[in-house]
Amino acid sequence: MWYNSPEMDKKYLFKRNNVWWVKLAVPVYLREKLGFDLRKSTGEKDLEKALLVRDSIVSEFKAKFSKDSDQNALLKTNFSNKTTYFDYASTTPVDERVIEKMKECLSFEGAFGNSGSRSHVYGWKAEELVEEARLNVANLLNCDPREIIWTSGATESDNLAIKGAAYFYQSKGRHIITSKIEHKAVLDVCRQLEKENFEVTYLDPNENGVISPQAVKDAIREDTVLVSLMQINNEIGVLNDIEQIGLITRENGTIFHVDAAQSAGKIPIDLSKLNVDLMSFSAHKIYGPKGIGALYIRRKPRVRLQPLFHGGGQERGIRAGTLPTHQIVGMGEAFRIAQEQMEIDHKRLTNFRSILWNGLKDMEEVYINGSIENGFPGIFNMSFNFVEGESLIMALKNIAVSSGSACTSASLEPSYVLRALGRPDELAHSSIRFSFGRFTKKEEVENTVDLVKNSVSQLREISPLWEMYQDGIDLDKIEWA
Amino acid sequence: MAYSQKVVDKFEETLKNPEGASVGRWKPGDKDFHRVGTGIVGAPACGDVMKLQIKCENIEGENRIVDARFKTYGCGSAIASSGQLIDMLKGKTLEEAQNISNQEIVDILELPAIKIHCSVLAEEAIHRAIDDFKSLRNND
Repeated sequence: MWYNSPEMDKKYLFKRNNVWWVKLAVPVYLREKLGFDLRKSTGEKDLEKALLVRDSIVSEFKAKFSKDSDQNALLKTNFSNKTTYFDYASTTPVDERVIEKMKECLSFEGAFGNSGSRSHVYGWKAEELVEEARLNVANLLNCDPREIIWTSGATESDNLAIKGAAYFYQSKGRHIITSKIEHKAVLDVCRQLEKENFEVTYLDPNENGVISPQAVKDAIREDTVLVSLMQINNEIGVLNDIEQIGLITRENGTIFHVDAAQSAGKIPIDLSKLNVDLMSFSAHKIYGPKGIGALYIRRKPRVRLQPLFHGGGQERGIRAGTLPTHQIVGMGEAFRIAQEQMEIDHKRLTNFRSILWNGLKDMEEVYINGSIENGFPGIFNMSFNFVEGESLIMALKNIAVSSGSACTSASLEPSYVLRALGRPDELAHSSIRFSFGRFTKKEEVENTVDLVKNSVSQLREISPLWEMYQDGIDLDKIEWA
Repeated sequence: MAYSQKVVDKFEETLKNPEGASVGRWKPGDKDFHRVGTGIVGAPACGDVMKLQIKCENIEGENRIVDARFKTYGCGSAIASSGQLIDMLKGKTLEEAQNISNQEIVDILELPAIKIHCSVLAEEAIHRAIDDFKSLRNND
């Protein structure tokens, strides 16, 4: 790795893409804001010149964060949002290190150029950054950077993968397999394809939310051109066995698409070992910006797609449109950081989930939606029976969480994911999803335990269902008006 | 979607001081239970259940609601709507109570369009409770 190179050790410089970069040690009190180190390109290929630039970067940095500067005071101010954020599965704040990199791609002084411009240095610089980001994404997933193409997000990646493969291979067959608990970006695409005379099988998960490889095996047919399943479910955090399912699809010569919007950067993914043909990614679930994602398209064996966008021929003609350099650079940096922090992030999340579950498991009528053994610890979905989810969210007013309750959705339907698990509707209405992330603090989780306990017992106090339950009345036997 | 401050206040007040907000019940065996009408509407599978009880007294030849209690399972606005209904009921004759419309609750709490069904539920609850009370009378 570059940071082990001898030059770097001596002079805090390292070489990347033929240019010298400077790596600065960040003082302890700034680490939370800036990360453990700060990298800046000197823009020089020559070592001697790079050293001079390094000195100016260092002094600039020192001035900016000197103990008396106003900016420093600003940074040190404990920025504490009063509302605890436990909705990381929905989106994440952008890592400050990512923001810094993105800022370098916008102004006239920065890499604002069009990466498609081949005739001048502005274009070359942008292209260099785009390719560096592509390499970061590929490194995290252990694939060839040429297998990554940029999209506007996981929704577009899902659309491109599913429609693109279905259209391209329709002469081979018109059968698609997916599951009932996929993200809407997959389900609604499949519904659309059904209107276009494709046949779709929607697999049932088991009661824990897992799609068994056997279910795929049973459903797969000679004319099955595509299987599309998610790696980590966004509502319940349950993991599918992508490795096993990939063996089945490969044997049948069926294309396997995996929605990895929730999993990339959070659990190890090695595309050189998995029989996955297409994989969707998003940046904003892993501390990158919104509005950027990627699609992995396998080269060996080669997978072909019919494009959805036509235009300037960018991304090998598969996805036309000027590349948003700042977004791409942000995603690349977010994925690079994810690779560094994955293990430590995962450990912290596991601890948070244990604290929450150990604190709440002794309450009456509490259910886990999904499973602990088979679940990603950053997403933890529970139902508190006899308490409606939205009212619980309102009672937990200083905690930002989400619910599968109908009342929080525009459709007034409870979560289709929880229903597919076979959960009764009332438990779906009573569900809360806690999702933790990189900036979650242990105390926040600890405080939540008591807050949830209190709020649930307050709401049960005013719940007629709890009253009936306490009276020993079987709620299933009542004829509701 | 954000609720009006009125919904939030009503909800929080109910949670903080349930007794003061008339959360509770009369059950068979209670002294005046024969003068209590009960209405239960909604269903757990739909995400809201409202249980309303009215206690009536015959004052100068008319049945008046002298006290009311409720319990509600449902979203914040369902709980706030129940509490609001209770405030509107006390002291009213059965006829006056019968004429309370859900629109009044919508107006007072400034309920968003998607939550109007919560007020409808409250209106149904009072109708049921009155019917129940009247059927008790008939059985006397």
